[in-house]
Parts: sequence; structure tokens; C-alpha cells
Amino acid sequence: MTAILHAQGLNKRFGAVIAASDIDVSIEDGSIVGLIGGNGAGKTTFINMVTGYLKPSSGTIRYCGRDITRLGPRQITQLGICRSFQIPQLFDSLTSRENLLVALGIVVLEAKNFASSASLRTENIEAVADETLARFNLTKYRNTRVGVLPEGVRKLLDIAMAMVVKPRIVFLDEPTSGVSADQKFVIMDMVMEALRAQSVTILFVEHDMDIVSRYTHRILAFYEGRIIADGRPEAVLNDNSVRKYVVGDQPVQGAAHVAN
Amino acid sequence: MTAADRTLPALSLALQVFLIGGWFLPDWAQSLLILAFGKGLVVLGLLLLIRTGLVSFGQGLYYCLGAYAAVSASKILAFPDLMSDALAMPLFGGVVAGVLGLVLGFLLARYRAIFFAMLSLAFSMILYGLLIKMSVLGSSDGFNIDYRTLAGIKLPDGMKLYALYALSTLLVFIATACLHRYLRSHLGRLAPAVRDNELRVEYMGSSVRYVVHVNYIIAAVLAGVGGGLVALSIGHIDPDLAYWTTSGEFVFVAVLGGTGNVAAPVLASLLFEWIKSAAYQYAPYTWQMVLGITLLLVIMFLPAGLWSIFQRRAREA
Repeated sequence: MTAILHAQGLNKRFGAVIAASDIDVSIEDGSIVGLIGGNGAGKTTFINMVTGYLKPSSGTIRYCGRDITRLGPRQITQLGICRSFQIPQLFDSLTSRENLLVALGIVVLEAKNFASSASLRTENIEAVADETLARFNLTKYRNTRVGVLPEGVRKLLDIAMAMVVKPRIVFLDEPTSGVSADQKFVIMDMVMEALRAQSVTILFVEHDMDIVSRYTHRILAFYEGRIIADGRPEAVLNDNSVRKYVVGDQPVQGAAHVAN
Repeated sequence: MTAADRTLPALSLALQVFLIGGWFLPDWAQSLLILAFGKGLVVLGLLLLIRTGLVSFGQGLYYCLGAYAAVSASKILAFPDLMSDALAMPLFGGVVAGVLGLVLGFLLARYRAIFFAMLSLAFSMILYGLLIKMSVLGSSDGFNIDYRTLAGIKLPDGMKLYALYALSTLLVFIATACLHRYLRSHLGRLAPAVRDNELRVEYMGSSVRYVVHVNYIIAAVLAGVGGGLVALSIGHIDPDLAYWTTSGEFVFVAVLGGTGNVAAPVLASLLFEWIKSAAYQYAPYTWQMVLGITLLLVIMFLPAGLWSIFQRRAREA
């Protein structure tokens, strides 16, 4: 597989605090990557830098060979990198359907700037909105104001919003946080099925290791702003550094270290 | 059919009722309605800004500019025939206000909340200060204004007021219908989205600043046209049109009507002018107190404005 995203020497400092340090990573097209690490490990900072919310203190980010380091969220979204948020970012006074209509309307308005939106027309956005609601099992909430929806439903809508622009890469920031334990796999199954149908590269932040190992091809483990392990899920989750700093278990005697 | 879908037929019906009914109204009532329609246009622009999450305390800038633009062009640029036309004058005022809105919008679109409100107020007060000092524009006295034709057709004296009334009714209808359509367009739908969550709008691939700028220009044009109409109705303009209390009055009317529908600002403006006129007549020394109590009651019992009464009834039905 070819690399669709490449970050090289990424650093981010907030005064004396180092939020990201020497991050070098390539993401292959079509892969599903889990980002793990404790609070403050640098996962969301990494997402924020790639999606243009934060500018790195140094280093470069390339997407399909193009330098996107200094671009803002709007341009990066138009190029095909989208995200959902740890705290869902929605238009709270509007209904679920209206949220999607706003998102789809932007795609029509900015069609010439979007890398992948040629087929969307004003005439069919209502049908696309209804189809998206159905795909994410949100139809029964279509006319409900999203400000009053349960957190799990808001999370789903947040992801659905990110997907309407047909991105090539999507970052999901803790897609199951705030969701009850028995619903986590149900939601992840639904999200993954919807995302796979669009052949999108997925990177998601998750604290539940069962979810990470079940859905990913690869894991990046963050600790104190660095990637301390990078590899296949079973290898990374058994890595001593990861067990000690990320999972919180005792290191396993004789286990190998998965080099970054 | 939803309540929202009934807006355009209702506006069409209202246009016919006002056009026909206005013919039978006495002159003072026609003048009052022109005044209410002119100010209603300004408040219509405020509705758009409020839906975008912005409150302007400086719409008097464009209201005043719209009023002065046509007359100034007539006096300074010497287009007396064109600029004594009741249609050309407010439209020219709208164009000039729109151009200034375009220029100032580059700055104002960067600001939000109280900073936007105060900056817009500051610009209106700058215009007020300039007009006070400009003797060529009549300084603090201002000057009188008149119209002789409508769309190039000479108006007999007996028809002048009704012609202006019919024009203002038509302009209000066009403005409300167009704004209604705009709010249902892709760009118009972004107004509440920007108010709710600017970050998400940017992360969907749109420019928040562009949306704010466009809506600011639309509000400026509406205020300019409204200013032109009011100037023709009163027959006199002076710098007070840009004074901060004038802008405050527009915010008052916007709160009174609410932002639930494009018809709300016009209805609120009609009610406001009626209350103000009645208060002048029956309580000439305490009319401000009457207005203050009215606003207090609306905020206490109808925080979403008078239009929320219709919305509540529609929900119950």
C-alpha cells in the first residue's frame, strides 16, 4: 500500500510544555490505525496538527505528496481529510437532518474546491441526507434538535457529518467515549461498516484496548508527545513500554519492544 | 404543509391586502406605514445578523447613509432628474450602503459578540460626527428632501403619498420574500450554523468569515433602502439618523418581533410605530417609559419575541 499521509519531525510546544516531539509516521492508504495513549500523551495534538487546528512548531505534514503543514481546517477538509471530535461539534439549534443539510450544502457551494464531491447536486442533497441518517441508524432522530440528543447519538451524527464530504482520511477522536459499555461494539460495528463502504483511511483515538485490537490493522502508541510503539495490534499491545505507560499493566518478561 | 412553507403565500396575501387597503387609509396612516416598512427593512437585516449570531448596534450607519446617499448625489453630483425619483433614491441608497458594508465587512467579519456590537456602533457614530461637521450636507440641521417621479413617471400631487406607500409595500414584500428564499439556500442555511458552531463550519470546508461578510452586506443594503424610504416619507434628513439611539431602536424592534420568521421584523416595526405614535399622543411626556415597559413585558413573557406566539400556535395545531 502507498502512503497517503506522511508526518516528519513534528514538534509542538505550548511554552515549556512539549505536546508533540519528533513524530515521524506514514499512514498507508486504506488502513485502519488506532491511536492509543493516556491523557495528555499527544494523540489529539497529533490530530489537531494534521487537520489544521494547530500549527506544528516544526516539522512537515504531507498528504498525497502535498505539503499541508500550514493549511487551515477549511482547506484541509476540502482536500479530503476530515474529523470527528471528542466532544461532538454540531449545530445544536438545528435538527439532525438540518445538520446534514448544512454539511451537504457546503459541499455543493464549495464543489469546485472539494477534491471529491463531483456527483452531489442541490436536487439530491435531501435524499443524501436521509440516506446518511439511515446508514448511521439515526432516522428516528431526523427531526430532533441535536442539542437534546443523547451523547452516543451525537457522536454518531458527528461522524456522519465528517463523512458527507467523502473524505479519503477520517480521524475519529474517541468515537465511543460517553457511550455505555454494551453499546460500544454495536456503535463501532455500525461506524466501521459505514466507513468501509466509502473506502476511507481511518485513524481513531480509543482508550478501550478491546476495541482497538478488534478494529485496527495498526496501532500508534503515544506517550509524552512521542510515538513509543508502532506496529500490528498484537505486537504493540504486548510491548513492554506500552503495557507500562499506556495500558497500565505490568511489563511481560521477555516481550519484545516494537520500535517506532 | 409546514408553517415555514406558508410564508411566501402569506406574504403575497399581505402584499395585496396592504396595497388595496392602503388606498383607503388616511394620509397620516399611510405615512406611518411607510415609516414602519422602511424601519422594518433595517430590522430585517438585523434578523439576518442575529440569526448569524451577531447583534449590530450600528445599523443606523447604513440607514443614515441610505438616506443621505441619494440626496447627496442629487445635490453634489447633479443628477436632479434621476435623484428625485422615489424608486431610484432608496435603491441608490441601498447600493451605496452595500458598498460601504462590503468595505467595512472585511474588518467587522473578524469580530464577534460585544466587540462586533461596539465596533458597529463606533462606525455609526463616526458618520454622525462627520455629518455634524459637514456644512455641504446641512450639518446638524440636515436638509429637506422631495421626490417628483416614480420609476420615471411624473406623480400628480394627489398620488405622491400613495405611490410612495405602494412602493414601500412592494419593496418590503420583495425583501422579505428574497430573504426567506435566501435563508433556505445553502449559503443562508449557514447563518444558524455559524451562530451555533463556527469551528464545525470551518471543519466542513466553509469560510465563517465569508458567511458573516455576505450577511453583513445584505443587512447593510436593506438598511440603506430602508433609510431611503424613511427619508422620502419624512421629507427631511439629519445626522440623528446615524445616532446610536436610532440603532438601539432597531435592536428594540428586533427583540420585539423575534427572529422566527422574515415577517416578524415588519410586524414588530408596525406595532412599534403604532405604540410610539399612540404614546406620543396620549403620554407626550412619558412616551419613552411606555416603550420601556413594552420591551420589559416582551422580554419577560415572550423572550423569543412576538412571533413565538404564532410558532406556539403552529406547534399546538
